[in-house]
Amino acid sequence: MAATQVVRSEWTKIRSVASTVWTLSLAAVVTIALGMLISALSKNEFGSMGPRERLSFDPTFVSFAGMTLGQLAMIVFGVLVVSNEYSTGMIRTSLAAVPRRGAFLASKVAVATGLALVVGMATGFAAFFLGQAMLGPQLRTTLDAPGVLRAVVGGGLYMTLIAVFSMGVAVMLRSPMLSLGVLMPFFFLVSNILANVSATRKVGQYLPDQAGSRIMRVLPRVGDDTPYGPWGGLGIMVLWVIAALAGGYALLRRRDA
Amino acid sequence: MIEIAGLSKRYGEKLAVDGLTFTVRPGTVTGFLGPNGAGKSTTMRMILGLDHPTGGDVRIDGRHYHELADPLTYIGALLDAKAVHGGRSARNHLLCLAQSNGIPARRVGEVLETVGLTAVARKKAKGFSLGMSQRLGIAGALLGDPRILMFDEPVNGLDPEGIHWIRGLMKSLAAQGRTVFVSSHLMSEMALTADHLVVIGQGRLLADTTMADFIERNSRSWVRIRTPDRERLLDALHTAGIAVVEAGDGLLEVDGGRPERIGELAARHQVVLHELSVRQSSLEDAFMRLTAQSVEYHARPEPAGQSWGAHRIARTAAGPPAPKAAPTTTPATPAPLTTPTTPATAPTTTPTEG
Repeated sequence: MAATQVVRSEWTKIRSVASTVWTLSLAAVVTIALGMLISALSKNEFGSMGPRERLSFDPTFVSFAGMTLGQLAMIVFGVLVVSNEYSTGMIRTSLAAVPRRGAFLASKVAVATGLALVVGMATGFAAFFLGQAMLGPQLRTTLDAPGVLRAVVGGGLYMTLIAVFSMGVAVMLRSPMLSLGVLMPFFFLVSNILANVSATRKVGQYLPDQAGSRIMRVLPRVGDDTPYGPWGGLGIMVLWVIAALAGGYALLRRRDA
Repeated sequence: MIEIAGLSKRYGEKLAVDGLTFTVRPGTVTGFLGPNGAGKSTTMRMILGLDHPTGGDVRIDGRHYHELADPLTYIGALLDAKAVHGGRSARNHLLCLAQSNGIPARRVGEVLETVGLTAVARKKAKGFSLGMSQRLGIAGALLGDPRILMFDEPVNGLDPEGIHWIRGLMKSLAAQGRTVFVSSHLMSEMALTADHLVVIGQGRLLADTTMADFIERNSRSWVRIRTPDRERLLDALHTAGIAVVEAGDGLLEVDGGRPERIGELAARHQVVLHELSVRQSSLEDAFMRLTAQSVEYHARPEPAGQSWGAHRIARTAAGPPAPKAAPTTTPATPAPLTTPTTPATAPTTTPTEG
């Protein structure tokens, strides 16, 4: 059984269900639209900002402000790609067709990751350009300014990695409701609280989204004391993703389907 | 050919499959029979490598399932008709299965034609009736043109036309020399389709025999007698050494199929008979007795009536492993833990559970 066969099969699966289209479009639309809105609001508020805040104003990061919500749709995409197999019982049909579970998981994750990467990159660039347009000629930055291209590409990578992390968690938990119930509140609330409350900050800054989103900043935050840089942060997120996938694989291998 | 050797599966406390050994051979329809919860589906899932056996081995044409390159071209299975993504069209469902096993896409159209779903090929599976889902599942099994086919309760919930179609399909597949392995909990269904029978109860093999042999062994016949001179006839039968059973309603029954003897006896004693007829038990009755015996078998270390099947599994210990759950499942009999002389009151947990 050639790996390409399984990849093709997974591509047929992913393109033939409606949830793929709506989760990914929602991720793109929400990220871009919210980024534009916040960019426009920031433009109006810039005049009333203090000098410190003006100095650390990061037009690139502002245009990615929609990511906080948009990533939730990416999480739904990642979760559904995997847990649809379990909630429908398709997993038994799938594993009977592809009994090598490593090949099955690798192909599924590869196809979904590829698709998320394309959508994530397109969203990253669109959010950047449209956000800059809303910021206006005085505040906006350009792609050739130092660190900006890295941040924009990083935005696409961040969205992709969030989806892949969710896939890993969904393989472990199987149930879509359980996976979403764990991931959504975690990334929307818990992780932000942990990373911003001083008592838990030291640990919170190593959470996947907190570490990973560092790459979208061109200018560090005021009083930023994170011990990692943009790529270091993304590296930490990649480690989380690898851990989630490894955990998922270990369980998938051992479990009865 | 499917070879199963010493196959066991334990779920927590429950031994769902217990040392099964049998072979499913090509060219015939092998019926896999047992009451609900006997372990049929678990066995089938282990054949497909979906569930990991606790012990023992399954081989498909001599190899383990996961060693098969493109397994759908060796063995096609329908386990659960509803195990499809409802949002996917029938065509795409089959297409992704075909692609994963390097089966040409044109086979999708062919099998849809075979099962009669061409008209709804682009419809989403969630709109399918159980019968249509069953056909889609069968299309998936036929996709790789495999030598072995396995169906789990394929006629469940089907209308008469669908049932008729599936029976015909299974017979024609076997006639083409393929191995057909089909499970059911209905003896009557098996009698119509299967050439060979594998019967299990509580995860254990009860019979592995040809259908014809099973019928011959299990079609118990008896003579039914109705008479106004009941006492006199009983005396006469007793004197002649013929065992008789009172069947209620004033009816008497004598085992065996020889009414002549009783008729002549009655004539000699001038007993009036209102009825003298030969009766035969149905295969369903035979199946019920067989599986009931599996419960009885637990209860006695030395079972009586060893006539069932070829491979009766010898148990080293009487009954199943320490029935920890027994006091809760059979609250009326806390005996198993205190009186080891009757170790197997536990299996009164019926074979029809689950």
